[in-house]
Amino acid sequence: MTMMISHAFLQDYWWLLISLLAGLLVFLMFVQGGQSFIFSLPRNEMQRKMIVNALGRKWEFTFTTLVTFGGAFFASFPLFYATSFGGAYWVWMAILFSFIIQAVAYEYRSKPANVFGTRVFDTFLFLNGSLGPFLIGVAVATFFTGSDFTLDLFNRVSWGTGWHGLEALINPVNLLLGLAVLFLARVLGLMYLENSVDDAELTKSIRKALLRNAIPFLVFFLAFVGFMLFGNGYRADTATGEITLVRHHYLHNLLGNIFILVLFAGGLVLVLYSLWLGIIRGSRKAIWFAGSGTVPVVMALFFIAGYGETAFYPSSTDPDSSLTLARASSSYFTLKTMMYVSFIIPAVVAYIWYAWSSINRKRITTEEMAGDDHMY
Amino acid sequence: MIENFDLSLVNWSRAQFALTAIYHWLFVPLTLGLSFILAFMETLYVRTGDEMWKKITKFWMTLFGINFAIGVATGIILEFEFGTNWSNYSWFVGDIFGAPLAVEGIMAFFLESTFVAVMFFGWNKVSKKFHLASTWLVAIGANLSALWILVANAWMENPVGMVFNPDTARNEMNSFSEVIFNPVAIDKFFHTVTSGFVLASVFVIGISSWFLIRKREELLARKSIYIAGIFGLVSALAVAFTGDTSARTIAKVQPVKFAAMEALYEGKTDAGLTVIGALSDSGERLGEKKVHDIKMKIEIPGLLSFMTTGRSDGYVPGMKDLINGNPERGILSVAEMMERGRYARQVLTDYKVAKELGDNDSMATLAAKFEDKDFIDNYFRYFGYSYFEHPWQVIPSVPVTFYAFRVMVGLGFFFILLFILAIWFQRRQTLEKNRWFLWLALLSIPLAYLASELGWIVTEMGRQPWIIQNLMPVHVAVSNISTGAVQTTFWLFAVLFTALLIAEISIMVRQIKTGPKH
Repeated sequence: MTMMISHAFLQDYWWLLISLLAGLLVFLMFVQGGQSFIFSLPRNEMQRKMIVNALGRKWEFTFTTLVTFGGAFFASFPLFYATSFGGAYWVWMAILFSFIIQAVAYEYRSKPANVFGTRVFDTFLFLNGSLGPFLIGVAVATFFTGSDFTLDLFNRVSWGTGWHGLEALINPVNLLLGLAVLFLARVLGLMYLENSVDDAELTKSIRKALLRNAIPFLVFFLAFVGFMLFGNGYRADTATGEITLVRHHYLHNLLGNIFILVLFAGGLVLVLYSLWLGIIRGSRKAIWFAGSGTVPVVMALFFIAGYGETAFYPSSTDPDSSLTLARASSSYFTLKTMMYVSFIIPAVVAYIWYAWSSINRKRITTEEMAGDDHMY
Repeated sequence: MIENFDLSLVNWSRAQFALTAIYHWLFVPLTLGLSFILAFMETLYVRTGDEMWKKITKFWMTLFGINFAIGVATGIILEFEFGTNWSNYSWFVGDIFGAPLAVEGIMAFFLESTFVAVMFFGWNKVSKKFHLASTWLVAIGANLSALWILVANAWMENPVGMVFNPDTARNEMNSFSEVIFNPVAIDKFFHTVTSGFVLASVFVIGISSWFLIRKREELLARKSIYIAGIFGLVSALAVAFTGDTSARTIAKVQPVKFAAMEALYEGKTDAGLTVIGALSDSGERLGEKKVHDIKMKIEIPGLLSFMTTGRSDGYVPGMKDLINGNPERGILSVAEMMERGRYARQVLTDYKVAKELGDNDSMATLAAKFEDKDFIDNYFRYFGYSYFEHPWQVIPSVPVTFYAFRVMVGLGFFFILLFILAIWFQRRQTLEKNRWFLWLALLSIPLAYLASELGWIVTEMGRQPWIIQNLMPVHVAVSNISTGAVQTTFWLFAVLFTALLIAEISIMVRQIKTGPKH
């Protein structure tokens, strides 16, 4: 068994887990998407309370997934962790700030004597809901478009601009993915609310909003995919280690691997089906299909960026500094030890599922919230 | 490597980490301890069926929730700060340090966040037993997460279970069990979580005392004092015991920190333990650092020697021995360690150059050194010293370490007394009559926070200038960003966290004044 497990296999295994965590994170950002509607969707305070309470029982999962995503990246690809976090300082700091303010907002928004008032904490939720998904999308887009950094002989990073990551915001392709993730989160948020809140008036507003957000999502997402697949990609030559910009490289990665192609196309079909369910049929089940579609599509994007002869964190200024899975990874020993640890993940998923279903038997209504003494 | 580093960047980066860590630690110990106190209380509810216990549990659970949220908010930044502000460190040791952090996420955070939702929202939805199990799992999850992060922190103080790989120019893990069962990690874990239990117990007793002072919720207050008194006393004794073993381990693995804690400059046998003392400038200097005299000293003769070596005539090295060397006692001077570290670094640089030039013969000879026991034990272990220009640069702030340590230990013993009194008055049912005690208990709450923060100040300030003991100093670990950027985020964090703290305290005080729901 040990003989069969090579360092390269372990690197691929950990990239798979990171892709899975990324997929789950994007799906769970329905919490953020829902938060971004906190001012526009509800017609009155009670509706707002229902929305907040529906999201408030789930926010910690998204948050924990983000933290685990960071921890897994640190453990398995520390050079990425060092290069991106230490280099694109401002983008990551902005993302973190948006999550810091989220973490207190639910618990404090409606508590007496909260000093700043409900409105401020609701604004925190709105900011996290809008900025979080958008900036995470922009940061992930740099996996395809590259960043302005160089690494020295001892792998220490120097960033090319004083903007430290904010320069990613002027690249239109990055913005496309940022906006696609934002509108996807909003679509998922609406579908989740439709599923968990039982209020006729609110349901009506949700359906209207769903169409208005699904269209920009599709436009931004397909535009990003188009630019990404038909533009240049960072190819890493396995033999020489040389990094070159190659036309249609990501398209080649997609078409060259039937597994990735099936994940991508299958996931996309599920997302489209969920939109049809939600918008045309008005079904409450749309979120399940949207979620099961989002995870494989995100995974496929990560696979395109990382697998094959590809640099997953390319440097646009000094291609030789680009990070491939092999270059950025932890040692064989660490990846193997961590692989054993990862075997407990199914058990974690199982208890999360069990716990969720045990407290989610009823949909949220005015009465349901009143029966609970922990209300946000 | 980084010869001309920017000192202000290093200091601002340190300040930011200290600020965020100190804020985070305002909330963590209460979570660690109160989660167990909730579990005890709810267990009594389930076993006796007495609704009073449910009411008590729910009251403390509300306070737990308020504290938990801000603990989560201040925690996320710490994980990512290793990357954003200490990126050279992250690469140099990510192979080892990242693993416990990832395990923490997979094993502990999900446990905590899943069952905290059941704990808050499940009262009317799940069975009594499932709810109780969830409360216990929150306590276990919270303390498990402490375990993993403390394993990571302990590794920085006593790096074990690794080999250096010259090809990647970093340390790589070769034994996960050595990392987990690092003696520093074991001491640190038990000392830290039990100190959290003490803080939570003082918190519960203090607030309950306030109810008794106000002649409100007397049954809730007395029952809470009973639970917290016993839990607190057992924990405080454990803190004292693990504090003693921690100090002994520090004396072995971080003798400079130990000398700073004791302000011990001259090594000696029959060394006494300074209980109280005031430092003053002796006028003498160790390089550019002051040498301090201890005035107004109250000392227990021979105790320091006994505590560190097991014999009252055992030898305890002082700061001067550790800096200047003491051949009689087999202690190398820092100047010598710097020389050896430079040699190790030169070997690494030569290896890198040979690799660039494709000089396979030289590469093989040089690579062999990194597997040679003599080279590893006598040269490479001093690698980090190569980054210093003067031996005195490895001396931490003696006054900060000395005073923080004394106040922390003093308060630790005070809490033991407080818990004994709480149990005593509770059993004799004379709590209300002893109003002085109720006031003392209430006023002790901030002292518990002070002691807890001082513990971290001793351990983190006392190990300066190292981010990884003997291998990497802080100035080499820092990210290559502008000082202005770090200053900006420092102030953003300072303003945001202070604002959130004000809201947290205000909400907490209001909830306490409102009391339990009837």
